[in-house]
Formats: sequence, structure tokens, C-alpha cells
Amino acid sequence: MSNQNKNKENAGFFASLQNSPSTDEFIKGLWRENPVFVQVLGMCPTLAVSNTAENAMAMGLATAFVLLMSNILVSSLRNFVPKQVRIASYILIIATFVTMVDYAIQAISVELHKALGAFISLIVVNCVILGRAEAFASKNTIGKSILDALGMGLGFTFALLCLGSVRELLGNGSIFGLSVFPKSYQEWIVMILPAGGFFTLAVWLLIFNAAKARKATT
Amino acid sequence: MKEGNPAHTTEQASSFKMLRAMVGIGLICALLIVLTFQGTLPRIEKLKAEALEKAIFKVIPGMVKKKTYQLDQKNKLSEVSDDKKGGQLVYVGYDENGKLAGVAVAASGIGFADVISILYGYDLEKQALVGFYVLESKETPGLGDKIEKDPNFLANFGALDVMLNDDKNALKNAVKVVKQGTKKNPWEIDAITGATISSRAIGNILSTSTEQWIPLIIKNKDLFEAHKNEKAQQ
Repeated sequence: MSNQNKNKENAGFFASLQNSPSTDEFIKGLWRENPVFVQVLGMCPTLAVSNTAENAMAMGLATAFVLLMSNILVSSLRNFVPKQVRIASYILIIATFVTMVDYAIQAISVELHKALGAFISLIVVNCVILGRAEAFASKNTIGKSILDALGMGLGFTFALLCLGSVRELLGNGSIFGLSVFPKSYQEWIVMILPAGGFFTLAVWLLIFNAAKARKATT
Repeated sequence: MKEGNPAHTTEQASSFKMLRAMVGIGLICALLIVLTFQGTLPRIEKLKAEALEKAIFKVIPGMVKKKTYQLDQKNKLSEVSDDKKGGQLVYVGYDENGKLAGVAVAASGIGFADVISILYGYDLEKQALVGFYVLESKETPGLGDKIEKDPNFLANFGALDVMLNDDKNALKNAVKVVKQGTKKNPWEIDAITGATISSRAIGNILSTSTEQWIPLIIKNKDLFEAHKNEKAQQ
């Protein structure tokens, strides 16, 4: 009885959280509208830079940073930019922040910069970022845009980590460079190769969609 | 709070407004990029110098000490301080006994995507390249970037022949890239299937650079060795 009440209370709490508009802007990107698993956007870095957990993490955070900064700037300039030149302006803003991230990563570690390679510059054309600028930040207040960017950015990082840790675990027997399996473990090399990215993404999408289908029936 | 962009509601934004928006954003962006560039430059240069230092020791086996030489306009080599940047530099390595271990040369050229910078080690005794390292490349991940990792490709540079001709002014056989699995001569580089353009780029960079540097290095062999003796006596 008391347990039921508690459940109800919990449900009420989460419902209120979900119904509160500001937390919803944040939470939707993490799960309900996850850019990778639900919107299936930004597949190029998702498949290519998720071969190890560390690369996935760095790529996810770099993208999240660019997303956050571009959302802030696009949102604050939304009354200043005529719609005829908006795409050009967004691309310019996004490219600027990507260039800044590129320099920042070089200043953090040469090795990391080498590992991420060409993909840092390619954040410019990650459709998650332009998509959020066009679909959200250009129509909403700065506060909401920040929440949206944080949610989407963390959702993207989360998805990349899901892929990266599985691929590194099976393909290299480690997570974040730390060996997990005994030495006798035979690595599945295919998992760190491009094909492994597709396999892992397929399995995660399967899990996500199965969970969604189950939720819909109950 | 008014939602939405007023420009969306008006029929047509004036040319001035469009221009103002683009120029304004351009200015902000330019300022941000320049500030970041200036702010990170000292640290990036420091890290790059460290990476180069590490790479030099990697491409010359057995070296423990390094000296930097610069090529001046009169085609003469002279010793410069170790932290010297820019200009045409070569790095001379000495082993534990102070003997000349090899010379490392940096070279760069256009790859499939952007410039590829490499460093190679030259062994004067063997008259061959004995080390190879990619300093910077933006080649396609999974394809072109194999030039950094592919063990079969890197095996080319265990002993790549760059012997000089009898006049000692040019290479006897220029470095050449051949199709994978068809390498017959010690001066040929076995290309990577699926990364043909990047492999060829490496071949071009190496052949251009070796044509220039190897005769020069051989000519200055005494200088490198004499310099070492002078220093040792001091």
C-alpha cells in the first residue's frame, strides 16, 4: 500500500518534471528525441569516431560545445538576421566555433587531435547542429536554446559513448584504455573497423526501438 | 515576450538589413577566431615542438643526442639552436658514442585532403631511409590515414634505398610508388590498396625531398661529424 503511494508520488514527480517546459527542453534531447537513436542525425561522426570510448567522448563533447555556443549566438541574433541570409549566417557561426574547438583540442593534446583527425572540421556539417539552429534556436529564447543544446549535446555524447564503449570493449578488450578482459581474450577486430560501427549502431537502434514499442503497448 | 523573428513576418527585408547581419556576424566570428588562435598559439607550438622532438628520436634508431642545422640561401648548412623554427631545417642524430646515427628531415606536400607533413630518418652508412613518421595529415579516416598505421606500408621504410649516383649529385634511383604487391626493387614503395592517392602523395613528397636533401647531406657528412668532434673536445 505504502509502496504504491510512493510509486504514485514518484510518478507524479517525474510527470511534473516532464511537464515543466524548461526541463522538458533538456530531457527530450537525452531520450525522447535523442539525435542519434531517434532522429538518426549526424551519422558520419557517430559511425566513424566511435571506435574507442575516449574518441567518442571527445567527439561528443566537442560537438556539444559547438552546439551550445551556436545555439546561444543564433538565438541571441534571431531578431537581427533576416531569413534570406539565415542559413549563411548559421553556417558562419557554426564554422567559427568549430575552428575554435579545433585550436582548443590542438592545445590540449596533439595525440587527441591526431586521433580525431579530419572529423573535427567535419563538425561544421553535422546536421544535428544546423538542425537545432534552424528548428529551435532561431525561434526560441536564449534560455530555452541553451537547455535544448545541452540536452541534444549530451544526448549525442551519450549515444556516441554507447557505441564507443561497446566497440572498444569487444574490439580491444578495454574501456577508456583500461583492459577489462583477461589477456587470453581474442579481440573482435571487426568492431573497431568501420563495419563494427554499423553493427553496433544497429543493435542499439534495435534496443531503443524495442523499448519504445514496449512502452507504447503498456 | 515577442516570439519569432520580425523579418519572418515582413514581406521583404531590406538589402541594408541583410548586409548588416552578414557583415556583423562576420566581424564577430573573425574576432572570435583570431582571439582563439592567438590565445592557443604558444601552447600549440610547444606541443608540436615536443611531438617533433619525439618523432625525430623515433625515425633515427639508436640516437641519443640531437643537433639542428639550417639551410641558408647559399645552399649551405650551419648549426642553429634547437628551438629554432621555420626555415629549412634538418636534425642530425648522434648515438651513445657520439657517432653520427642519422639525419631526420621533415617534408610536406599535398595529399588527398590538405597538406601531409612527414618526417623521415636517413642512415648515411646504409644509404637508406630507416624511419618514417606522419607528423600531420587530414587524410580520410579508415582509408587515407592508413599511411600512418598500415604495418605493410610502414614496412617500406625499414630500409628504403636512396643511394646516390657516381657523381654524388643525384639519386641513382628516384623513390617510386608501385601497386601493392609488385615491389621488386629496394627503392620502390608498395602502395596501399584503397589509399592509392595518399600513398602516391607520400611517394612524391619523399622523392622530391630526397632528391634535394640526400646529396646535400652526403656533401655535409664531414661537417656533421667534425662538428661533433669540436664539441666533444670542448
